[in-house]
Amino acid sequence: MLSRIAESLFWIGRYVERADGTARILDVHLERLNHLPMEEQRSVARELLAVMGARPQSDEFGLDELLHALAYDKHSATSIAGSLGAARENARRARETVSSGLWESLNTTYYGLNQHRKDVVGTYRFCTWVLERTAMVSGLADTTVSHDESWLFLVLGRSLERADMTARMLSTRDVLSAGMSWVNMLRCAGAYESFLRTRRAAFGDQHAAEFLLLDRLFPRSIVYALRDADECLAKLDPSAQRVGFINDARRIVGQARTFLEFHRTDDLMSELPEHMERVQKAVSQASDAISRKYFNQADELAWVGEVS
Amino acid sequence: MSDLFQDYSEAAGRSGAYDEMFAPGQETRRSYGQVAGALQELSLADVTARADSMARTFLDRGVTFDYAGEERPFPLDIVPRVIPADEWTVLERGVAQRVRALEAFLNDVYGKMAVVSDGVVPRQLVTTSAHFHRQVHGFEPAGGVRVHVSGIDVVRDAAGTFRVLEDNVRVPSGVSYVLENRRAMAKGLPEAFGQQLIRPVEEYPRRLLSALRKTAPSGVDDPTVVVLTPGVFNSAYFEHTLLAGLMGVELVEGRDLICRGNRVYMRTTAGEQRVDVIYKRIDDEFLDPLQFRSDSMLGCPGLVNAARAGGVTIANAVGNGVADDKLVYSYVPDLIRYYLNEEPVIANVDTFRLEEKEAREHVLDRLDELVVKPVDGSGGKGLVIGPDASKDELEALRQRIIADPRGWIAQPVLQLSTVPTLSGDKFGPRHVDLRPFAVNDGDDVWVLPGGLTRVALKEGSLIVNSSQGGGSKDTWVLADSPQVPVEAIPRPAVTVRERVSVWPVESNWRDSQKEQQQQQMSEAQEVAANA
Repeated sequence: MLSRIAESLFWIGRYVERADGTARILDVHLERLNHLPMEEQRSVARELLAVMGARPQSDEFGLDELLHALAYDKHSATSIAGSLGAARENARRARETVSSGLWESLNTTYYGLNQHRKDVVGTYRFCTWVLERTAMVSGLADTTVSHDESWLFLVLGRSLERADMTARMLSTRDVLSAGMSWVNMLRCAGAYESFLRTRRAAFGDQHAAEFLLLDRLFPRSIVYALRDADECLAKLDPSAQRVGFINDARRIVGQARTFLEFHRTDDLMSELPEHMERVQKAVSQASDAISRKYFNQADELAWVGEVS
Repeated sequence: MSDLFQDYSEAAGRSGAYDEMFAPGQETRRSYGQVAGALQELSLADVTARADSMARTFLDRGVTFDYAGEERPFPLDIVPRVIPADEWTVLERGVAQRVRALEAFLNDVYGKMAVVSDGVVPRQLVTTSAHFHRQVHGFEPAGGVRVHVSGIDVVRDAAGTFRVLEDNVRVPSGVSYVLENRRAMAKGLPEAFGQQLIRPVEEYPRRLLSALRKTAPSGVDDPTVVVLTPGVFNSAYFEHTLLAGLMGVELVEGRDLICRGNRVYMRTTAGEQRVDVIYKRIDDEFLDPLQFRSDSMLGCPGLVNAARAGGVTIANAVGNGVADDKLVYSYVPDLIRYYLNEEPVIANVDTFRLEEKEAREHVLDRLDELVVKPVDGSGGKGLVIGPDASKDELEALRQRIIADPRGWIAQPVLQLSTVPTLSGDKFGPRHVDLRPFAVNDGDDVWVLPGGLTRVALKEGSLIVNSSQGGGSKDTWVLADSPQVPVEAIPRPAVTVRERVSVWPVESNWRDSQKEQQQQQMSEAQEVAANA
């Protein structure tokens, strides 16, 4: 397939997952934020934005600005609206490749972005709506697109972004000094019921973090997402080697995953920030390596000549 | 229907044009019988609800055109344009004839120019055309076809006669709306489809792909076809994606292509892959910075040389613009007689050639009664309708004609035929044209039954272009007899295979017993509590 199209698909996967993750984080934290006194609300809003990887535009940064920056700002790739807009724009560029179901669901989502009240209560509904739409997009991608190269690029983007989003989700825990309860953290990832059924009575921060970080069967855990990404990379470039990997992306993703899987610690909570840092770094490096290998194009038109 | 068509006959009388649906006296024409019957049943609320849902579907599906950087849905009216079978046979023949003549003309002007030496057209006519590209002179394109796809615009005059308004043999667009309109109408006005035989349009992408593959460079077994688009900001981008998607081929931009050793390749995730046929949807001027505009970012350097060396087929061929020059248009009837030895099936609109002194003086005296068009314009650009123009506009036009008489032609104002069109709360007559599409595979010219009917949505307006407030109508070509005898195909009867299912509740007698017992128990408890 065309490199340009592969790149678009990769980014559709990433942006849709980003919208999904941001909606989950916003939904859970909004509830907490509302309970805080004004002053604290401000500082927390700032830090929350920082965890999501953006800086406030102005000094006045409160709850409304946070909602704008994370939910409705169409010009920023950090916000839900911006991500979904970018996903739709990428789908428009790859329209003949993606199924019409996938394109239409992204397109309809894009036109639905404006039909929400932008206050706190409206944002709860907005987040729920976003989760529904992204689930629909993923479902259509899985059921109406052949699981060939094009789908692999989409899933690759999705898995990498998912690892990144879960890492950010875990990092938000430190933001709320009052303590973000582990229940909320699990709800955020939609992992509450799954966790309860596997861990039974073993409650606690440590176990919740472990679950979201290391569980091998829960699809939103970092280890699971990284394994997904690794499998996609292996299918995209099936050359088997006896020693090492020439594919940079595979090396980076594999290293990050095995480090987590084989790491032994007694105090996971204190090491958590360091782990999250490492995961996020690995994701961005892997993304770079993938675009170098698969999407790289001549930036300008170059003439090669009649004879060569 | 009575309310919706209340003032129709009066409005139709005002315009004085031929109406496609009603004969004079508000009598429904035979071809519109079914449509009229369907509309009869609908109230205003029904019609507007259906129109809204059709527009919504178009927006969701992304059936839009780009206008000044904004995606807009292409307005589709609920009343179709119906063409009876006998009229269509004539149109079909006329369009195919015209395409064959233009094909021969192009081969000739980029070769021996016999048409000039035989005195049919003046040499100057060809050499002064803005789109006569010397870069492609002197070679036969690979595959031997130049006009793979064409759109010949026809209109009906006040007397009801079809006439050719212009030829489009460069990059004719609009066929995607033909395909989408039919899908939308099948949902929007299902009642009208029932008993009538309407010829299908969905064959188009298959026909196009087979024509493109057939004209691949010789020696290629399994040709790779691509659609070349300028990118998402082009007004017809939707059409490019739709055609590439329906043909199952890649949609490429100039930056995806690379020419090496007179062959064309595209950059893929698995390295470079050879391209054999390019369905070109960008203007010649932007195609190849080595030959044309050197600042073009849309094309790929080396394409024209590759075509000259026979390494790639470009469809439509580079340089076709000379054939749809509007001054050349005025010679097409002669070209048909010269190349094909036939009489033209569809007449031209009377055209004044402004280089001829007498004609020019005549036109300059009557500018306020005529339509004046630039010879190389498309999409209605630069066109001036005399009766609607202000004094200043006419004066400016006069100066420009005197400065460049080769650049303009003049025609009488045609009252294009009208079709009822929803406007506000009733139907009114609106002017329409018709663009049938033809696909030429070298052996045969196939005309898509139907075509794009564009409609001017403003009352009295004669400009149907989408960029200037035009909409479209689904175009139905009626078949006079069923083409496939339906009964002839024996079909196996459908057997009913029951599905296995297990209901979660009351799946067996134990459940229902249990339910009863539970209910009895609670009743007993209630009684006990009351006691």
